[in-house]
Amino acid sequence: MVEPLLRVENLVRRFGGILATDNLSLDVIPGELHAIIGPNGAGKTTLISQLTGQLTPNSGTIHFGGRDVTGLPSYKRSRLGLARSFQITSLLPDFTAADNVALAAQAHDGHSFRFWGNARKEKHLRDAAQAALTRVGLGRRIDVPVSELSHGEQRELELAVALATKPQLLLLDEPMAGLGVNESARMVALLKELRKEVTIVLVEHDMEAVFALADRITVLVYGRVIASGDPAAIRSNEEVKRAYLGDQHVVVAHG
Amino acid sequence: MKFQLNLRNVVVALVAAGLVLLPLYSQLSGNIFILTLFTRIIIFALAAASLNLIMGYGGMMSFGHAAYLGIGGYAVGILAFEGIGSGFIQWPVALAASALYALVIGALSLRTRGVYFIMITLAFAQMAYYIASGMSRYGGDDGLTIYKRSNFGGLIDLSSRVQFYYLCLGCLFGGIYLIWRIINSRFGMVVQGIRSNEQRMQAIGFHANRYRLVCFVISGTICGLAGALLANNTDFISPAGMYWTRSGELMVMVVFGGMGSLFGPVIGTIFFLVLEEVLSQFTEYWALIMGPLLLLIVLFARGGIMGLLGRFSRG
Repeated sequence: MVEPLLRVENLVRRFGGILATDNLSLDVIPGELHAIIGPNGAGKTTLISQLTGQLTPNSGTIHFGGRDVTGLPSYKRSRLGLARSFQITSLLPDFTAADNVALAAQAHDGHSFRFWGNARKEKHLRDAAQAALTRVGLGRRIDVPVSELSHGEQRELELAVALATKPQLLLLDEPMAGLGVNESARMVALLKELRKEVTIVLVEHDMEAVFALADRITVLVYGRVIASGDPAAIRSNEEVKRAYLGDQHVVVAHG
Repeated sequence: MKFQLNLRNVVVALVAAGLVLLPLYSQLSGNIFILTLFTRIIIFALAAASLNLIMGYGGMMSFGHAAYLGIGGYAVGILAFEGIGSGFIQWPVALAASALYALVIGALSLRTRGVYFIMITLAFAQMAYYIASGMSRYGGDDGLTIYKRSNFGGLIDLSSRVQFYYLCLGCLFGGIYLIWRIINSRFGMVVQGIRSNEQRMQAIGFHANRYRLVCFVISGTICGLAGALLANNTDFISPAGMYWTRSGELMVMVVFGGMGSLFGPVIGTIFFLVLEEVLSQFTEYWALIMGPLLLLIVLFARGGIMGLLGRFSRG
């Protein structure tokens, strides 16, 4: 068997009396697109935040590339090649699109205790930003301040920022959230391209997108893994249907 | 950065030119008072500019910046008192002491955010104030008179009003140039990014507090220089100069001028100190007018005077 790129073992995270992550184990194999689905409050974002180091688990371990990263702060994990996008868009609003991406490139280009030269004139940082922005379809919007970008463009910029850190593993927290039909389709097309180059963990509510993209799907309910397997297996899994897909159909029908 | 002809830049250029030509006017008109007033203004502008680096660009609301004025000043005063008159020793010591203080205070304060950060920087500055008050050898509460200004050999004579004025102005312009380089550098981009969204900066690989701390130290060191200048200007140093109200005044100067604008603190300081001077000639309750003015600026002109000028430039 292939050595997993990411190995999560017996992860536990409590918020007061609530078990947000309940003895969760998970493997991500290099090259795969691993989707994590589950109803609201299943602990998906909590899991992502523990993977990237914004939250510390109460117990359990996280190995990335064979190395125990459970106690590492997020900036160190980023340097190891772990990148995330945020569910609620989290960019630098007073900066331009290019500045946002160039900073991500800068973070992985030696230290930044350089006080004199003009960072906006460093060609290789700007080129890296241009390349990442072109990649996600924002090539013509590079000098636009983030606050003037549309929501869809900001989601794409999130992705460009993550890409500019040259990650080995990309953790995408609901990249489709709040996107219109056309924008979603563009995002799916983009992810189809990206998955050829980088291992992806995708947390997403859009079931159509998940089943179109994923190699493997893990289903989370109340912080526990109730099923894990390829899309066909998940689709036919009775427990998943009952706990999640069924529920959602009900919700959709009512909504 | 290209120079654009707009109201804001014109005002900045006029103010800069005015500052350069001021001694000439003072000489021709025989008005010495204006020279001493503006020497003081320039020194405080340097202090405000240093505060603006952490407050405006770094998002760190330090409420203890007057401590550096005191530390820089006491370094000069104490060394002079102990018979070491050379500025080549006094000033590096003033800078080093300020930097060291900033390093220690920063390392402790930067564990906190928001109101706690404001309170802890205030608390440390008050501690520095009481320590200075307790130094009985150096005058304690009454302060310490500096009988001889820093001696720079034949290089520059600090007891000449005009020479001292230009030294201060050189320090101010140099300080602003330095800050301008810094905010556009890699380091400056990181610091401003952290102000904007710390979590994001951590997620893309920056150790936020390390950059914050270095920025805090740079700011404190520049303010320490202002302290050394101020002690030479007044020939006197006392704990009162590092009291929390002084820190508050520095914040007001920055806010008046416009937080996060390069030249804003200079404009804000001129505005604040000239207004104080003029108003105090009419009434001893000048703060009654200054207070509401500050309120108006905070409420209606978020970017301070520079922000207002910028608004007119665009319209």
